Amino acid sequence: MRPVDRFRGLAQHRLFSLVPLAVVILLMPLMFTSAYYYRVAALVFIFAIAALGLNLLMGFAGQVSLGHAGFMGIGAYSVAIGPTHLGISPLPSFVLGAMVSMLVAIVVGRPILRLKGHYLAVATLGFGVLLAIAFTNEANWTGGPDGMTVRHLTLLGRPLRGAEPWYWISATTFLVGAAFALNLIESPTGRALRGIHDSEIATRMLGVDVAGKKLMIFVVAAVYASVAGSYLALLNSYITPDVSGFLRSIELVAMVVLGGMGSISGSLVGAAVLVILPQALALFHDYEHMMLGLIVMGVMIFLRRGIVPSVAAAFAQRRE
Amino acid sequence: MNVLCAEHLSIAFGGLRAVDAVSLEVPSGIVFSIIGPNGAGKTTLFNMISGLCTPHDGYVRLCGDDVTGLAPEQLARRGLSRTFQNLQIFPQMTVIENVMVGRHRHESTGILADLLHLPVVARQNRRTREAATEALSYVGIEAMAERPAGSLAYGNLKRLEIARALASEPTVLLLDEPAAGCNPVETAELENIIRSIIGKGVTIVLVEHDMRLVMNVSDRIHVLANGRTLAEGTAAEVRINPAVIEAYLGARATREVAGVAG
Repeated sequence: MRPVDRFRGLAQHRLFSLVPLAVVILLMPLMFTSAYYYRVAALVFIFAIAALGLNLLMGFAGQVSLGHAGFMGIGAYSVAIGPTHLGISPLPSFVLGAMVSMLVAIVVGRPILRLKGHYLAVATLGFGVLLAIAFTNEANWTGGPDGMTVRHLTLLGRPLRGAEPWYWISATTFLVGAAFALNLIESPTGRALRGIHDSEIATRMLGVDVAGKKLMIFVVAAVYASVAGSYLALLNSYITPDVSGFLRSIELVAMVVLGGMGSISGSLVGAAVLVILPQALALFHDYEHMMLGLIVMGVMIFLRRGIVPSVAAAFAQRRE
Repeated sequence: MNVLCAEHLSIAFGGLRAVDAVSLEVPSGIVFSIIGPNGAGKTTLFNMISGLCTPHDGYVRLCGDDVTGLAPEQLARRGLSRTFQNLQIFPQMTVIENVMVGRHRHESTGILADLLHLPVVARQNRRTREAATEALSYVGIEAMAERPAGSLAYGNLKRLEIARALASEPTVLLLDEPAAGCNPVETAELENIIRSIIGKGVTIVLVEHDMRLVMNVSDRIHVLANGRTLAEGTAAEVRINPAVIEAYLGARATREVAGVAG
């Protein structure tokens, strides 16, 4: 095999699209002039992880969740409550949080995933609001609306302080999460999910347990969000019920739609836009949110399939 | 042996008895057609047989087992597959991926294996793709395998839906108006496809308005009118049944049938 052919073979590999991303992740810190950059970049990847999970649910299986930040809350409060109240160190607390999220997703998902469209949206919204209220009211455990501090995670005997380690951890986790997602798309489960998106009735008629598959991907999406929530809490060393609030859930949905439903890099782009833009727009002071809203509206009007799919389609057209 | 039996199937929507005590027996390996004017209850009967709606009365038996009220996915795993009058393809997936979903009941990997893309998934994907390619070439659209399904012409979408149903290797295949919207050439090709499917030992139940196709391929024809059984028999018998001609076919279609007969 000639080296050129070998490269071509590699380039066609399912996971090849992650290579440029990995290079960017490695090189980007060269441009970072302060810890602030690491922090913003870490936030981008953290939200990208949650958005990616939600994208599996929305973009592939075609099911909406307006309460997904609820699972971020479970992940976040696990790493906060575990060490503070239960004497469990942060790393097992993090794993425990993901497991609790799985369990909650199964219990909640089973009844509400039977609903469709707007009904599903409202039910998931209710779930998110419920969790946010629980985190606010259980002040003995969560510190109530004022929130609580989160202990540092200790890895290899070293406490992880500051944003830099969390940049590397969240970026690596995103790469792994994206690899899982790419694997899933080209698997029996992935094909069944995409079928459900296009025609639920035809998918059932081909022997797919639609309810089971929806629940499965809901659980996977919940774990992604839980991991992101834990990272967010550990990065900030502080957590408030806002992490699981309605606005957070809407933000996650906006990231998925803005970046492009069904596009894995779209989740990263959507997260980057909605994390970085408010920081960049801070110079508009009082008009910051208005500008953000206008930009998001503009993108959706002119790039209606989301940023990544629309731009990719435009490039493909030009090439022809 | 009868692979499919319906006994006294009835369903009412509001006050309307859409299907009223219809019984039919479909022997293995034949083309069994259900015909009748619009609103006769053909598609409703199909929906009850394929589990999309539960009959208020009566039984459905598949290969001797009572399957009344089973969900479509359970019926699919027992070897019942169908196509839809209003196409139900997956437009955002490629043609081959559409058919690969049809292989779902023969695939056996779990979500963890799928997420990690274990070697077993890669092997399974290869097998699934091979079987899907075979199903596509069976209906003659293997050249379009990598195109987005949404970009196919209507006639090819019809074939794609048949290929997808075939890929699940059904015992009984229900075809709901496969010739609707097809031109004469496409209908003739469809006739060949139906014949070759029968050659594989699959039993076909066909709902169709195109009388030429029905008369050409059917071994038995069941005539419905206003939700009730009007007649059943071979093509030759149904064609000359006065009740069928008068109540269902009407003057214009009588000429058409005469044309086929002559």
